[in-house]
Formats: sequence, C-alpha cells, structure tokens
Amino acid sequence: MMDGQVPEQALQPLIYDISAPGRSGVNLPECDVPRAPLPADLIRDDLPLPEVGEVQVVRHFVKLSQLNYSIDQGLYPLGSCTMKYNPKLNEDAARLPGFAQLHPLTDEAGSQGALFLMHELQGWLGEISGFEAVSLTPAAGAQGEFAGILMIRQYHIDRGEGQRDIILVPNSAHGTNPATVTMAGMEVRELPADAQGNVDMRALHAACEGDLRDRIAGMMITVPSTLGLFESTILEVIETVHDAGGLMYMDGANMNALMGVVKPGELGFDVMHYNLHKTFSTPHGGGGPGSGAVGVNEKLKPYLPGPIVEIIDEGQATGPTLDMPVGATYQVAHERTDGSPQPKPGDGPEPPLYGFVMPEKSIGRMKAFHGNFGMHLRAYAYIRVYGDSGIRDVTRYAVLNANYLRARLMRSYRVPYPRYCGHEFVLEGHIEGVDEVHALDISKRLMDYGFHPPTNYFPLIVPEALLIEPTETEVKEDLDAFVEAMERIAQEARTEPETLLNAPHTAPVRRLDEVRAAKELVLCCAPALPSYS
Amino acid sequence: MGDWKTPANLKYSESDEWFALDGDIVTIGITDYAQDQLNDIVYVEFRDPGDSIDAGDSFGEVESVKAASELYSVVPGEIAEVNTALEDEPETVNADPFGAGWMVKIRAADLAGLDGLMDAAAYDAYCDSR
Repeated sequence: MMDGQVPEQALQPLIYDISAPGRSGVNLPECDVPRAPLPADLIRDDLPLPEVGEVQVVRHFVKLSQLNYSIDQGLYPLGSCTMKYNPKLNEDAARLPGFAQLHPLTDEAGSQGALFLMHELQGWLGEISGFEAVSLTPAAGAQGEFAGILMIRQYHIDRGEGQRDIILVPNSAHGTNPATVTMAGMEVRELPADAQGNVDMRALHAACEGDLRDRIAGMMITVPSTLGLFESTILEVIETVHDAGGLMYMDGANMNALMGVVKPGELGFDVMHYNLHKTFSTPHGGGGPGSGAVGVNEKLKPYLPGPIVEIIDEGQATGPTLDMPVGATYQVAHERTDGSPQPKPGDGPEPPLYGFVMPEKSIGRMKAFHGNFGMHLRAYAYIRVYGDSGIRDVTRYAVLNANYLRARLMRSYRVPYPRYCGHEFVLEGHIEGVDEVHALDISKRLMDYGFHPPTNYFPLIVPEALLIEPTETEVKEDLDAFVEAMERIAQEARTEPETLLNAPHTAPVRRLDEVRAAKELVLCCAPALPSYS
Repeated sequence: MGDWKTPANLKYSESDEWFALDGDIVTIGITDYAQDQLNDIVYVEFRDPGDSIDAGDSFGEVESVKAASELYSVVPGEIAEVNTALEDEPETVNADPFGAGWMVKIRAADLAGLDGLMDAAAYDAYCDSR
C-alpha cells in the first residue's frame, strides 16, 4: 500500500498480528508416556510463534490466497516462463497414498513403484528430446544448467583439454546462463544477435575460428530463442561450435515450442535441461519446488548427476511396458478387491528390479535424495495422459495461439521481429507519440482488465520488451479478450495516459515503489522477530 | 530521433559509455540514452582505485529496476578514482549522467582505444538505429 488509497481492511494482517496468548489450533491429549525433555541449552523462549485457532489459520491463508492471481483464474501470459495450466489429474496422482506416503529413506526394495515411474520418465524425456540418458535430480532449471556446464567442464578436463574455459552465450540469453557459467568457474563470451534475431553468425565464426578457438568449451543457447524465434541457422551454429571442439548446451526453457516436433538431441545438442514446471505442467511459481532434469548424449552420459534409476536385474520380463502395473514387483502386497484370484509370489514372469545408480564419472549429487519426486510424478501423469500425439498437439496449439495473438496485436503494437514465432513473441511496449507511457504501465493496466501481465523488459535486447506466451490451453474467446484489452490500453495511452501511469486501480495494492524496494531492503530474520510480539 | 542529450565534446562506445580525456586521465560514465533505457538506477558497483584493467575489461556494474549491466573501458590503465557518492545516491546517474553522475577515472596506459569510439553525431545515429 503506497499512497493510502487502499482501505486498511482490504489487506490481511500478518499472522503474528492476530496472535493472542493461549490460543491454539490443537488440543493435545494428556501425555501418557514418560516425558523426555529437550536439553536445557536447546530450549528457547525468544521465539514468538503465533498463537491462533484453526479457524483463524484457515481464514488467514484463504484470504491471502484470494489476493493472489493464478492460472486457474485466467490468462497468465508470462513469456519464457510457460505458466501453463496444471491438470487436476496430476494432483490426484500425486495424492495416491503409495506415492504421497513414501518416505524418502525407504529402501529400493520398498520403493520399486516409484523407481519404475522415475525410470519410465527418464526414458520418455529422453525420447521426447532425442537424448541418450536423463537424470531427474536437478531441482530447478538453473540447477539443471549448472549440472550441464559442470559436465561439459569435466568432459574437457578428462580429455586433457582443461584449458577450454569459455562458454559462448547469445545476448538474448536468460540471465541464468551467464550466471551458471560463472558459478562453474568458466568465462562468458557474449554474442550479438543479427537483424532477424538469430545469433550473429559472423561473430560466432570469429569467436570459434580466432585466437580463442582452443579455449572454447561450448555454447549455451535457448531454442527457440528468448525472442520466441526459432534459430534458423541452428544447425550451422552447432556445427561451428563442434568444429572448434566445444559442446552445445540447450536451455530447454522453451521446449513448449518443440515438444513432440523437434528433438534437440537429433539437431546435435550434447546436453539440455528440461523445466518440468514449465513444459510438463508441474506447479510453477511460489518459489518451487521445480524440476530441472538434464538429458545428455553418449559423450556426456558417464558424467550425469546422480543417482539415476536403472534396471539392476532384468527379471524374466523384457523390460518396463506401459501395461505393467505400477509396483508390480510387490503386487502380492496389494490385495485384489475385484474378486479375481489373488496373485501369489512366483505367478507370471518376474518383473525387472530397479535401483539407484551413480553414473561412472558422475559430477555428483545436485540435491539430497533423488530430486523433487512429486514433480516427476506429475510430469509422468501429464505425459501419460497426452501420449505421443497429444504431446505434439500441445506444441502445435501453443505455437498457433502465440502466432494468433502476435498477428492480431501487430495492428496496435510494434513487433520488432515480424516473422512466425514459436510459443511466445515479443512486443515493444511503446505507443507511438506517447513517450511517457512505458511497458511497465501497460502491464500494470492489464491487471485492471483481469490479466496477469506478460514478462517485462526481457529479453534485454528489445527496448520496452513485453514477452507474451499464451500457452496451448487458452481458447479463442480468451485470446480475443486479451487482444481487446491490449487494444483498449493502446487507445487509453493516447487519450488518458494518466490512467496507465497510475495503474493498477483494482488490485489489492496500487503501484509499488520498485526503486525503494530495491534500495531499502528490509530483511526479517531471527533477531527482528521479538518486535512482532 | 529521441530527446536524449549527447554532448559534442565526448566520445561514445557501442556499449553506451562516454569517455572524456584530460591529460592521461580518462573519465567514464554512461550516456543519457543509456540511463533513460535503464530507467531508475538503484545500485552501482566499481572496481577499487589502484586496480589495473585491460582494454575491454569491465570496471563495474550498474543495476536498475529493469536490468543489470556491466560497464566497460576501451582503454587499459589503473583506476585512479571512483565516484563513491553514487553508492548512496545512484539516482544521480539518471539526473546528471554527464556531470555528477560520472563513474570512474582511469590513468590510461594507452589511449589507442579512444580512436575507435564514435563522436556525438555518430552515437546519435547509432541510438536512432536501435
């Protein structure tokens, strides 16, 4: 709340502010076992935990959730982030007790169903992207990138080419790409874009064929690019980097434009991360958990982060099949209730036995346990529901929807690269003759029309960028409503720019002071808490 | 063309720094066009005085509500002075990019890098073409 225009009661107080001494949401029974007090030095009295009843807790969090905006309410066209609808079936699958109550320390013998699922998902992700092997362990896209670059680094070191320390990155890249390179102890060389938004081939050839040739470790590139454009010279890019001795990393953030249609592994990429929380419909936002699985070709397979799931014992079956019931190894433990004969141990062929394996030259673990299994489960459900032709349709509709929006919005906004786009496209958030209105003002005004704003000011190479990604599930009526809102905003910019400059008018809070938020950081940590009491 | 200012007595790089030469001291800042594109600047960070840098090296970074950008020098040399006032008041770069918003002074070991820079007219044309 910046200017006092929002009534106080519209916002929810902190849960600490509704705390009252002695209130409780639980009524514990009398202790009927010997008490085991904590050591005195571990007991603290300086933690002002909120004391609230159950109804208060429920109302508090429901009210907070009502201040939020989600894909379940409307279009969420946040480019490069693929905020796609998360089918409710995913949640049903994730709540099956056999999965939901599986403890991460359960041994392999007791978690064959989960291992079977992970093994299948590894295989399907490999099939979708044309890669030889997949590790599900990275917890998010940035961690997948880090794993990929560490693998590339180790590959060169093992070949006695540890001097290869330069990773080429286009200037349209996600900010995580150069950050990843730096974290891996390597050096970033930025490449410019040409007039069509592709990588500038002259700059690429100069980098790969000049003095630095023996230092080129590889290149990180997003396909389609963050401009939403398919790199039409991608095969030449890959060949040029390979010829210099480098490896190719694909940032898979934009797989929603390729899935089921183009296999990056077959284009020649050596390694890629998937964002299961983007492309494969697992929840996205709110700080996670995400999943940034990595796929690799034969060269990098020994370096994958572990553990990965492999078949330890083939059994008598020929391998996992779609017809095989999950948890088949332990089918005897699940009594049949349909009247059919109870299976006995030894009935039918023995299913294969799955286990965790650390790849031969693994770069190690990215995370405790086995990655975010709840996300693997939801992605598995998504792929299984759609099947191969459905996965292809997802991509086709995502691309169709983006091109429909682009074609219609070109009449009222400038599109810097007017060619067919992938699953997203970039507009310039600037209205001719109205210099005071910026992309940010257009985005804020969109909130008044009931839409989540698109990505602002990214990619950096487009001034006043608005990066728009509608995703595949939006129907034409909803796309049309978005276009109409954008057209009205363009009109308002000319006739009543103040309305845009002061937007949003209907959100729970008015325009936030981004400068103050960046300059005056207030971090709450333990010493500050007593002030809440 | 837009309404940014481009003083005629300075030299300009494609990465939007301006350069002023006085003896062997080269003063560097970012242009009016650049500060306008970046929007509200909230943070600056420079290398330390006494550090030596090569031509093409970064001497610091600038961060706005929109983006973070590296700052580059076209001349090699030793960092003679940095504008520490900007650490508390980075918005000075928005208000006065060619004056109080200057960033670093470099004691140049070689001035050849300045030859490749644009003059004001060329820089304006370059900005217009973007």
